Amino acid sequence: MKILVCIKQVPDTTDIKWTEHNTIQREGVESIINPFDVYALEFALNIKKQCNNVHIIAITMGPPQADEMLRKAIAIGCDDGILLSDKKFAGADTYATSKTISQAIKKFSPDFDLIICGQFAVDGDTAQTGPSIASKLDIPQVTYVKSIENCDEESITVKKESDYGIEILKIKFPALVCVLQQDNEPTRPLINGIIKAQKASIKTLNMSDIELNSDDVGIKGSPTYVSKAFRAPNKRSEKFICTNCNELFEKICQCGVLNNE
Amino acid sequence: MNKNIILIYAEITPDFYIHTVVFELIQKAIELSKSLENPSIELIMLTPQGLINGYKEGFENNGVDKVYVLENEKFRHYSTEYYSKTIIPIIEEIQPEIFLLGATNQGRDLAPRISSSLHTGLTADCIELQINEKGLLAATRPTFGGQLMATIICKNKPQMATVRPKVFKPLENIIKKETQYIYKEVNLSSINPQIELIDIIKKAQTTINDLDSSDIIVAGGKGMKSKEGFELLKDFANAIGGTVAASRGAVDIGIAPQEIQIGQTGKTVSPKLYIACGISGAIQHIVGMNNSDKIIAINSDSNAPIFENCDYGIVGDAFDIIPKLTNLLKQKKYKF
Ligand SMILES: Cc1cc2nc3c(=O)[nH]c(=O)nc-3n(C[C@H](O)[C@H](O)[C@H](O)COP(=O)(O)OP(=O)(O)OC[C@H]3O[C@@H](n4cnc5c(N)ncnc54)[C@H](O)[C@@H]3O)c2cc1C
Repeated sequence: MKILVCIKQVPDTTDIKWTEHNTIQREGVESIINPFDVYALEFALNIKKQCNNVHIIAITMGPPQADEMLRKAIAIGCDDGILLSDKKFAGADTYATSKTISQAIKKFSPDFDLIICGQFAVDGDTAQTGPSIASKLDIPQVTYVKSIENCDEESITVKKESDYGIEILKIKFPALVCVLQQDNEPTRPLINGIIKAQKASIKTLNMSDIELNSDDVGIKGSPTYVSKAFRAPNKRSEKFICTNCNELFEKICQCGVLNNE
Repeated sequence: MNKNIILIYAEITPDFYIHTVVFELIQKAIELSKSLENPSIELIMLTPQGLINGYKEGFENNGVDKVYVLENEKFRHYSTEYYSKTIIPIIEEIQPEIFLLGATNQGRDLAPRISSSLHTGLTADCIELQINEKGLLAATRPTFGGQLMATIICKNKPQMATVRPKVFKPLENIIKKETQYIYKEVNLSSINPQIELIDIIKKAQTTINDLDSSDIIVAGGKGMKSKEGFELLKDFANAIGGTVAASRGAVDIGIAPQEIQIGQTGKTVSPKLYIACGISGAIQHIVGMNNSDKIIAINSDSNAPIFENCDYGIVGDAFDIIPKLTNLLKQKKYKF
């Protein structure tokens, strides 16, 4: 079984610093693997534990430094890595990103069984790259996947969590799933994994390798653009902080929401 | 002259009611339509059993011009395949300027599938929609865990956006319209479904509905330490007439269920009053509750970031403060 895991390098959003001009300070901010993509890797590794002959390829679009992230994925148990890297890819929205990734898959890994994505990326949080890739490859998708129920050579049965409850779905390959937080402890790199990761040759592809042109990718290939970016305003400027319960209680009463029968 | 159509996806809940977010989107669409020439507010609805449950009344009292009704037994349960393949040709036919969906699990599954097929852009999870000076949809959404706002423009049509429930308010007054109903042929026979629904475990209705409709939410964090801590919150919530919610910190240590988690990876709520107890106020939590009218923070650490995001705060031990507040409420010392 051939599994592709799409992963993305993101700035650590829990540690954002601002410049004087209220823009995000990008220098010195640590890059991490998007936490949900770590779950996607865990999900793939869980399939590997349950099935025979599972081959996992981690794939990313990003700057040359993303090579390191792919090696981390190999260190915990992935078999190969593909890095899509080209200056022309910069500024891509989810449409252009999914076009680039799906095109690379068509060219270099068309015989995949399952593609796994994280449900969200913590920087953009759009949750749309996965379904867009599925759409471009014309394969079915299941989003909000929590866990594996069952798995064989032709299909996977998963538990999906939605607004209305839990669904158990059997998905025939080829297909794409977007996964939520996984409950198991994160897999630690093994010694031989680290050695394998150091030796691995990461396949690096640029725009012409995947036979796209500059109208398809990056800013030019994106139907959306950011017209304005600004710091979220703090709506609560007048604060009342106390240490006395009765004072706080007064304030609660003044909110006008209590029903006094 | 061509109409400027704002199309809205009318999501139906498993018990066949129109999702509240649909009415919130209609209200916003009416507001947007004031900046468009010759506007038309239209809905697309996929239903297994036609127009029931007072659907028509809901549309006609909310200023809807037209509803596309697609009826098929296979629409009983949501399926990406059936739904997207039904909706895409209709959009190609009617060519709306704008297409809005709720940022529910369903909307967020469906919208990118459709936008990608139609080669257009999609802005997810918007918190504000406006028409700019060029007549284009300017969709504002939080990024970087809610810390940076980005206003996004889409160059292609339809301009698509999803909006979380409770971000916009539904219509307050009735706007009567003579809604037109267009029944469209549905043909699903060419689709060979690759996904089989084996089982559904429906969520206890209470948790979903209560958090959505509650005026008062009492949320507990890791600082509530134990299930007993959450019992204190329940007593407090009962006394104040509210519903209990949680932070991920509380969910992670197993003292609260995931269904009631508020935040980036949980629910978004906008009650009149949100009381955060033993919650530090991480940005991923704040984005789920910052739309509340008033926020109260109870935290023992005066430096906790939650105090930056509240209207009223009390520095102290929640295990001391909450029973006191519960008693004050029970004594009904308050007047309103
Ligand atoms: C990708 C991603 C998504 C996330 N999504 C969410 C999400 O949807 N929702 C969410 O909530 N979080 C989310 N988080 C986690 C978030 O970053 C925080 O870790 C989490 O919100 C912390 O929960 P907490 O405030 O309950 O716990 P803590 O941060 O541990 O805070 C506990 C607080 O309790 C206070 N306290 C302790 N004892 C007492 C006492 N006796 N009385 C009063 N106060 C006391 C402490 O001072 C402290 O401020 C996400 C994180 C990531 C990376």
